Amino acid sequence: MSNIIEIKDLHFSYKGDEETPDVEVLKGIDLNIEQGEFVAVLGHNGSGKSTLAKHINAILLPTSGKVLVDGIDTADEQRLFDLRQRAGMVFQNPDNQIVSSVVEEDVAFALENLGVPYEEMRRRVDESLKAVNMYDYRLHSPSQLSGGQKQRIAIAGVIAMEPKCIILDEPTAMLDPQGRREVMATIKRMNKEKGITIVLITHYMDEAAQCRRVVVMDKGRVVMDDSPKAVFSRVEEVKSIGLDVPQVTELAWELRKAGCDIPGDILTEEECADAIERLFRS
Amino acid sequence: MLRDITIGQFFPGESLIHRLDPRFKIVMTLLYILMLFTGSHILCLAVGTVYTVMAIALSKIPLKMFLKSVKPLLPFLVITAAINLFLVNTGDVLFRWRFLKITEDGLNISLFMIIRIVLLIMGSSLLTYTTSPIALTDAIERLLSPLKKLHFPVHELAMMMSIALRFIPTLIEETDKIISAQKARGAEIDTGSMITRAKNMVSILVPLFVSSFRRADELATAMECRCYNGGEGRTRLRQLKAAPRDFIALAVTIIFYAAAITVSILLK
Repeated sequence: MSNIIEIKDLHFSYKGDEETPDVEVLKGIDLNIEQGEFVAVLGHNGSGKSTLAKHINAILLPTSGKVLVDGIDTADEQRLFDLRQRAGMVFQNPDNQIVSSVVEEDVAFALENLGVPYEEMRRRVDESLKAVNMYDYRLHSPSQLSGGQKQRIAIAGVIAMEPKCIILDEPTAMLDPQGRREVMATIKRMNKEKGITIVLITHYMDEAAQCRRVVVMDKGRVVMDDSPKAVFSRVEEVKSIGLDVPQVTELAWELRKAGCDIPGDILTEEECADAIERLFRS
Repeated sequence: MLRDITIGQFFPGESLIHRLDPRFKIVMTLLYILMLFTGSHILCLAVGTVYTVMAIALSKIPLKMFLKSVKPLLPFLVITAAINLFLVNTGDVLFRWRFLKITEDGLNISLFMIIRIVLLIMGSSLLTYTTSPIALTDAIERLLSPLKKLHFPVHELAMMMSIALRFIPTLIEETDKIISAQKARGAEIDTGSMITRAKNMVSILVPLFVSSFRRADELATAMECRCYNGGEGRTRLRQLKAAPRDFIALAVTIIFYAAAITVSILLK
């Protein structure tokens, strides 16, 4: 498998002025993501995770270092649209990323910008709307939809570009539990069925636990990069940088501290229930 | 409390008038306005009235809605009529009381003005009643597109209009929330004198503006991420294709226009 995203020694500073010094947000990040991966990026506020995300489709350019997406250097202005087509982005607030007053026209927005001919556009818009299960709402106004539905429309708008990779910057932070479930299910399906690489920036631990790989950031550096099981079994370390672990992991960890014989890498409720059952049996 | 504000007063429907191409509807409305203003004889207005009544009947929108659209302009109508009634001095005197006198010409002219304005309002309401704001914006963009050659930012204007339309419901909802939040902290918004109330509006407008700027910033980034690059080389999902019915409707309008002109020439 080839790397879709290659980040080499990425540094980024927000420029200050005469009174305020430059603020270094990213302090040397090396990260490779393979085509088809499902990666969560965790970190508390100010860890640099959103800044990192904005580098992947050239909203921000590195102060030093390199970001390559599908072999394209993000600093290459000539290929900017090429790049943004390959790496789509979904933001936190669904209201602030929907452009049109009609759902299907919003999904078509990127295609209109790219000058895709009508027949091709029609086909891609319909396919994308069906992929996120919003086809029946294609003629609605976004203001009639719930947060989760709006976010799925935003995802459809990105999928219509047929990207290789989608970066989602806390897409569920403003949604209710129902909306969060819908969005997570949609993202997972895109990864599984279309093989689209997913980079999910989140601060929900249970969402990170559903990914295959978790990258933990703290103070502008990558501090952990492993499977969710391996990351969350380092409970103390995770807590020391101001993050939580999923509730069941924490329960298992407390039980272990209390002297129970229970595995330290529990992530799901089922695993936890099984482990506790075994504990009682033995 | 702000939920029932609608902009443009669009009544969705499937009538013939609804289904007409919005570009044609705009052109026909312009012709209609010309027709009302070129005719100088009361018979021209009769032609206009027939046209309006026909169009309203075809739109299947209750007449009540059209009368409602005239209502806000009633004071204006009354003043126009009164000025014409009392200030036109030519013709036979019909009525005299101290220094006021009403002449035949004055009566004719004020009636003429009232009918003209009422027809004008009803006809242009028909356009916004039967065309969604987004379709209107789209049609305006296409009708003005020849101006692009003169470097007039047609696409940018249309984009601004459609984004404004898109954000109206969002901002209404937000204003509602801000009002509730300020009320919860003891702000008195609907009490006090006009001046106090105006001052209290500041506590609503400031947060609304701040959040609008944040929204604008995020929206701009989101648009860039989806390869927005101005109007150059854009294609459109919404296709406007003129159907035979559009040409028929346009032809009917032109015939009415010609009739009105003929009448005013013949009866001069």
